Amino acid sequence: MQAETTLADMKKGEKGRVVAIEGGRFMQEKLDSMGIRPGSEITKTSNSFLQGPVTVQVGTSRIAIGFGMARRVVVRIEKEN
Amino acid sequence: MHVLLMGNPNSGKSVVFSRLTGVNVISSNYPGTTVEFTRGVMRLGEEYAEVLDVPGTYTLSPTSKAEEVALRILEDHLKEEGEGQTIVVNIVDATNLERSLNLTLQLIQKKVPMVVCLNMWDETKHIGVYINHEKLEEILGVPCIPTCAITGEGIKNLVERIKDAKVSGFTFDEDNRWNELGKILNSVQRIEHKHHTLLETLGDASVNPPTAIPIALLVLAASFLLVRFIGENLISHVFDPLFRDFWSPVVFRVSGYFQDLPFLHDILFGEIKGLDINYGSSLGLLTTGVYIPLAAVLPYIVAFYFVLSVLEDTGYLPRLAVLLDTLMHKLGMHGMAIVPMLLGLGCNVPGALAARILETKRERFIASTVMAITVPCMAQLAMIAGLSGSLGDQGMGSTGVFLSVAVTLVVTAITLGIIFNRVMKGESTELLIDIPPYRVPYIPALVKKLWMRVKWFLKEAVPWVLFGVFLVNLMYNLGILHFAGKAASPLVVNILGLPREAIGGLVIGFLRKDVAVGMLAPLGMDWKQVAVASTVLVMYFPCVATFSVLLKEFGFKYMLKAAFIMLVTAFTAGGILNLVLHLL
Repeated sequence: MQAETTLADMKKGEKGRVVAIEGGRFMQEKLDSMGIRPGSEITKTSNSFLQGPVTVQVGTSRIAIGFGMARRVVVRIEKEN
Repeated sequence: MHVLLMGNPNSGKSVVFSRLTGVNVISSNYPGTTVEFTRGVMRLGEEYAEVLDVPGTYTLSPTSKAEEVALRILEDHLKEEGEGQTIVVNIVDATNLERSLNLTLQLIQKKVPMVVCLNMWDETKHIGVYINHEKLEEILGVPCIPTCAITGEGIKNLVERIKDAKVSGFTFDEDNRWNELGKILNSVQRIEHKHHTLLETLGDASVNPPTAIPIALLVLAASFLLVRFIGENLISHVFDPLFRDFWSPVVFRVSGYFQDLPFLHDILFGEIKGLDINYGSSLGLLTTGVYIPLAAVLPYIVAFYFVLSVLEDTGYLPRLAVLLDTLMHKLGMHGMAIVPMLLGLGCNVPGALAARILETKRERFIASTVMAITVPCMAQLAMIAGLSGSLGDQGMGSTGVFLSVAVTLVVTAITLGIIFNRVMKGESTELLIDIPPYRVPYIPALVKKLWMRVKWFLKEAVPWVLFGVFLVNLMYNLGILHFAGKAASPLVVNILGLPREAIGGLVIGFLRKDVAVGMLAPLGMDWKQVAVASTVLVMYFPCVATFSVLLKEFGFKYMLKAAFIMLVTAFTAGGILNLVLHLL
């Protein structure tokens, strides 16, 4: 089953594909320039601490994303590690 | 001819710049080290070309001040200069080809002659990335040269091929940029799955909260102890003996010549009693004036920048930023604000400049103001260490001083941040940063960076210290200090509980805070007074160098506002600390 969730709610180690970014153009552009856009494959590498940033692996880079932003990145889970 | 070095943050532009021009610039392992551009000159065959180290950017639609600077530099050059006068050397982080090429494609659309430099080439193999650079060159139609700038590999080749720079003939539909990018990647890059290396495991452990928090505490404690250990030992085993055995005889001899000129003697040597020179408090140009920057402060500067450079070059700072992000949000900033704060511990000037890595004016205002008020620079800390060390076991001694100063500063920083966050309109930006892999610092580069920072300190600090000491003498001799002491005594004596003469230190604190702390030494204060005086000195006003940077960054209106906040905060916090210490 393919479930949709957000980057904030994904579990550590889960892998998925970005479906949508629910934010303004500025946020979309910013994420886009870091390689996060609808279609990109993304793996969550660490959970947030007290609603702090989560970290993810996109391609060969490791990126930290603030919790509020992470909540607005919709991801379809593809497989669990 | 102009050569612009452009690329993603942390792709090694500054290292390439140093290699091309021989001009040294600070580089580190975190995005955003370069916030200002640096110029240098390189030889291109018969000609000389000006090289610009442009701040890193992920995109040509800027999302931060550093990125705006990058775009503006590019556009200004394209506008003002004739055809073919500007070449872009696009520094690509070969370990992050996808993200880097995104910028490359945007640069291609600007129709500017360019060369692509595939930097960090050596690291690609370690992580299992294989890139066919010849194929990439074929597709893009511009030279693509693999380099490893930090060791210098490939740089010669890069220099030779800069003249082959051309406007790329590669065309694509802008709306389809990422698809195009995917196609290019598929045909030039192959990724093999590799097992986690030790550094990678450690890298993950230091952002994953359960392990990251103990690691952070350990790193910070170790850094603090190391700075203190190196600083103290340099002073007691190197600098103090040097002064005692070599400089003192010179001072005594020269002072003999000036016996008949008491005024000049006072300015040059201050008070010398007997055979022992009190370098900290005699307040002469040739005694205190050279001792403070060279023997009291320099050892700590060396120690601090050594430790900071290690933290920077390994890549630990962005991880610390992630961990502290939640706290920083409550204070109106985000995690990366830790960078200006830490740099400010060395000297507030680079700290204020580093605030540029923050996205909004609001965050830069909060970060700079909180830093200027609550982050003591190493020069000040070194002097406070010296001053409180001379207290011996009296009262709570130096531990008491350090604890009360540290607690007051931290509480003030948090209070100020919370207030700013409430009062100022707007929200803090969400953190979005690249976390670079841990790298083992390359020692020659680290030593060079340390040397640059030490040199910078000497150049910036020594003249001000000398001028400060000179001015103290003048004001003392003309009776100005005595008068100022009388005028300010209600505030200084009643609210802060300090001796009236401490006002001299507060006045001089505007020029150099280390000299100011030195002026407090002969007053014979108890540990509570030393703690209050040190705290107020840290907070009440930035030194003249920091002041001028803040003025340049934010303008006159900001400075008025900030100065008001600083004075109010300093006297409130100092007054409360005085009260608390006396109730204990």
